[in-house]
Amino acid sequence: MAANGDTQTVSEYIVHHLTNLTYGKLPGGYERYDGSIVPEAGQWTMAHGADEMTAMGFNAVHVDSMIWSVGLGLIFCWVFRRVAVRASAGVPTGLVNFIEMVVEFVDGTVKDTFHGRNPLIAPLALTIFVWVFLMNLMDLIPVDLIPHSLMLVGVEYQKIVPSTDPNITMGMAIGVFVLMLFYSIKVKGFGFVKELTLNPFNHPLFIPINLFMEVVGLLAKPFSLGLRLFGNMYAGEMIFILIAALFSVGLFWLLPAALLQVGWAIFHILVITLQAFIFMVLTIVYLSMAHEDH
Amino acid sequence: MNINLTLIGQLIAFVAFVAFCMRYVWPPIAGAMAERQIQIAEGLAAADRAGHDLEVAQQQVDERLAEAKREAAGIIEAANKRAQAVVEEAKDTASTEAERVKAAAAAEIEQERARAQEQLLTQVSALALAGAEKILAAEIDADKHSDLLKTLSADS
Repeated sequence: MAANGDTQTVSEYIVHHLTNLTYGKLPGGYERYDGSIVPEAGQWTMAHGADEMTAMGFNAVHVDSMIWSVGLGLIFCWVFRRVAVRASAGVPTGLVNFIEMVVEFVDGTVKDTFHGRNPLIAPLALTIFVWVFLMNLMDLIPVDLIPHSLMLVGVEYQKIVPSTDPNITMGMAIGVFVLMLFYSIKVKGFGFVKELTLNPFNHPLFIPINLFMEVVGLLAKPFSLGLRLFGNMYAGEMIFILIAALFSVGLFWLLPAALLQVGWAIFHILVITLQAFIFMVLTIVYLSMAHEDH
Repeated sequence: MNINLTLIGQLIAFVAFVAFCMRYVWPPIAGAMAERQIQIAEGLAAADRAGHDLEVAQQQVDERLAEAKREAAGIIEAANKRAQAVVEEAKDTASTEAERVKAAAAAEIEQERARAQEQLLTQVSALALAGAEKILAAEIDADKHSDLLKTLSADS
């Protein structure tokens, strides 16, 4: 677990675990970690250390988050597509049975919450539920296993839980937000403007106040969606890292740390499922609200 | 907490996966499940119908069985009656036949007796004549008394 041998402190260890593998564009004139100066035009490179990441600003990609997130998404697509090809009205067996159970669960949740008729909602909910669950599931893999293995082959940073990256959770939340806006306008048309301006005080004088309140309420939705997932997963990951750090404190702490690790992991099985479920249900609820005409 | 291009990348991946799921995953699975649901409902209905049909068939079988039993009883009764009648008839025929045979036998016997009597009478009269001839030969002329003898034989 030591990046720099025995000299690494616990706080360095934690920070290291919370740093993404970043590829981005350094601005011109920036002095790099080894003293070299970036050319005027800027330079696309792997970031080394938190300072360089900050310097990159928006022009950067968290390579680890993207790979794990897209990889898990592909696993979802591959497994479910295989089942979809094999699915028939006959007797389902094994994997088909399990996948159908998931589909049925999502379908039931959608039907309970969303009363309109929209063929997008159920597949959207299924994708969100399974994908977020898979991303959260990475949290249960021991925190040092993959980052340390990759470090041995020269990859400096690795954060394997995509949902502890706000970019990932907010990316999905913004996707849902765009859908909310799209369906609000599509279903309500001008009624959506009325909803924003004449609610809750139905008087022309109150339009600015109404607009401010409604817009804040509207913008709060994607943030509540994305940041809730991020916050929960980040905190959970942080506790795993702290427990992992506890192992290095001393022999006496081995047993308590192991017990804590097991306990938190078992509890976390509940958390990751619940967070995936909450993300899905909130998506359905928000889209359902977008479809409702007052 | 750096917000950067990852956000856009995730957004694109999100759209792609949802589109894939909507196009290639959800419809086949949901379709298969809906189809199975219909099939199961139909199967249950068919089972119900079959049960009902069985009940009806059982009822019909019972009815037919009872009818057959009644018919069989009727046939046996008729057969018994017929057998009795046949026996009676046979008895009648037999007794009539016996009467007839008896009567025929009696008539024949009577005939035989009459013939024997006649024969016997003829023989007795011839014997008597022969005896009388021998007795009278000595003293009576045959020519003289032949008329008398003829009337005697004719009388007997």
